[in-house]
Amino acid sequence: MSDLTKLTLKAALDGLKARDFSSEEITRAFVANIDAANPRLNAYVVQTTDKALAMARASDARLAKGEGGALEGAPLGIKDLFCTDGVQTTAGSNMLRGFVPPYESTVTANLWRDGAVMLGKLNMDEFAMGSSNETSAFDPVVNPWKSTTSNADLTPGGSSGGSASAVAGDLCLAATASDTGGSIRQPAAFTGTVGIKPTYGRASRFGMVAFASSLDQAGPITKTVEDAAILLRSMCSHDPKDATSLDVETPDWTRSLGQSVKGLRIGVPKEYVVDGMPAEIQALWDQGIAWLKAAGCEIVPISLPHTKYALPAYYIIAPAEASSNLARYDGMRFGHRAEGTTSLADLYETSRAEGFGKEVQRRLTIGAYVLSAGFYDAYYVRALKVRRRIAMDFDAVWDKVDAIVTPSTPSAAFALGDKQIDPLQMYLNDIFTVTANLAGLPGISVPAGVDKGGLPLGLQVIGKALDEATVFQVASALEDAAGFVAKPEKWW
Amino acid sequence: MAIDAATVRRVAHLARIKTPEDRLEPLAAELNGILAWIEQLNEVDVTGVEPMTSNVAQPMRLRDDVVTDGNRVADVLGNAPRSADGFFVVPKVVE
Repeated sequence: MSDLTKLTLKAALDGLKARDFSSEEITRAFVANIDAANPRLNAYVVQTTDKALAMARASDARLAKGEGGALEGAPLGIKDLFCTDGVQTTAGSNMLRGFVPPYESTVTANLWRDGAVMLGKLNMDEFAMGSSNETSAFDPVVNPWKSTTSNADLTPGGSSGGSASAVAGDLCLAATASDTGGSIRQPAAFTGTVGIKPTYGRASRFGMVAFASSLDQAGPITKTVEDAAILLRSMCSHDPKDATSLDVETPDWTRSLGQSVKGLRIGVPKEYVVDGMPAEIQALWDQGIAWLKAAGCEIVPISLPHTKYALPAYYIIAPAEASSNLARYDGMRFGHRAEGTTSLADLYETSRAEGFGKEVQRRLTIGAYVLSAGFYDAYYVRALKVRRRIAMDFDAVWDKVDAIVTPSTPSAAFALGDKQIDPLQMYLNDIFTVTANLAGLPGISVPAGVDKGGLPLGLQVIGKALDEATVFQVASALEDAAGFVAKPEKWW
Repeated sequence: MAIDAATVRRVAHLARIKTPEDRLEPLAAELNGILAWIEQLNEVDVTGVEPMTSNVAQPMRLRDDVVTDGNRVADVLGNAPRSADGFFVVPKVVE
């Protein structure tokens, strides 16, 4: 039997259904990969091997009877921000070290309903606040990719860096992830994987550790566009337990794949040309546009005039929402509690100072500042108005274009430690992705080329709200044209 | 508007994060850097624009006002730093 861990999710599901191999076999193959790789890549913070094997054997029993769901027997990795019943869930924070939820997130419950197997919980930036995985309380994840020009350990991106590294390194068939400002798409771009953030409200936020609730959205990181379509479908559902969950049907997006894109109108926003963007990012973008033109798309130059204000608006709105959401960590009912404190305020303040890492503290402080008396209107309300301007920019182009193509990130993966000194430099990672969060739109990153060091680069497709079908259709065309097959050379 | 150490002390208290005195100045410098960058939002004409608090166009749903869960004391207390006899145990705070 060839190496089962190199299969795509789709190929593995077909093989499992045909009984070419068992779920227990492929699960054991992944467990062996994780055991060997995790000391170097640090993608998993918890391995649930016993649980995985039990789930795999139950899947095999169902498959033997010709039964089974859409993901039956497929071993997946779960970002450690999805609450998993009886399995530690920390969101990468010391605040939640040892926290074992007595309930299951809706997204993961949907996966288990469909027969998936849980290999473990994947490392991430603390409370999803980071773009390099370096804010994790469990040490950074390392990217399986290395540049041909340096032996430095590279970031897999963030916050879903564990998810991206695990998929790229064949430590799971596919992984769940979440995206508040680019946390699915940027790590996907950095690791040569596919990542989609669906329309806000498609996937339930119930049981997802909250960062910024009006922006947080779950989605998959996978090896192919088809795998993303399969996994996203299982993740999404209408959920009465999430007040912002959309009461809409979840389509079968695999039907959009391979459909001709002839006649589709593709917007190219001029504001996504940013100062200091490397020539190879521009070249990749031009190449993507050329591929789509060759496939019969009509290329339409568009303007999204408020693009440059998206990141500053995000860095008010997201910290403001975080400061409210993370107020729950008070050391009383769950989470870290400091010892030896002298008053109630001291107990709160010391517990939070000990439990939260530096970046989380920074953002909570910004959040408290922009919401404080005298600054609320000047900062927070103004940012919400700019957010509407950004959403209106998109509304204004949807009668002219069916989808928008941009680069996913302003660079390839950088070395761990490179951008830690300046938070602003780190924030700029999300410059192309954050607009889709603010406007609630679906966005996908597809690997489309490599930089001069052989590192993967991604193209992003943004679509209309609830029109993931067109996003998948265009992404599939880009994937076909790019023929991206490079894999990281195994060094771990 | 520049943030000084006193402002950081006040905001850190609002955020309930204990911040040592020697961190106040560096944090003020960091926050000033971030806020200076954020100031560019003042360039945007937002006259007549409603603040956007949500991406979701649908009206907020109301569920029936009935009990749907409960009697899970062990689950509720399961992650408590301390508990006893079905209660959370917290340090004495009456001063």
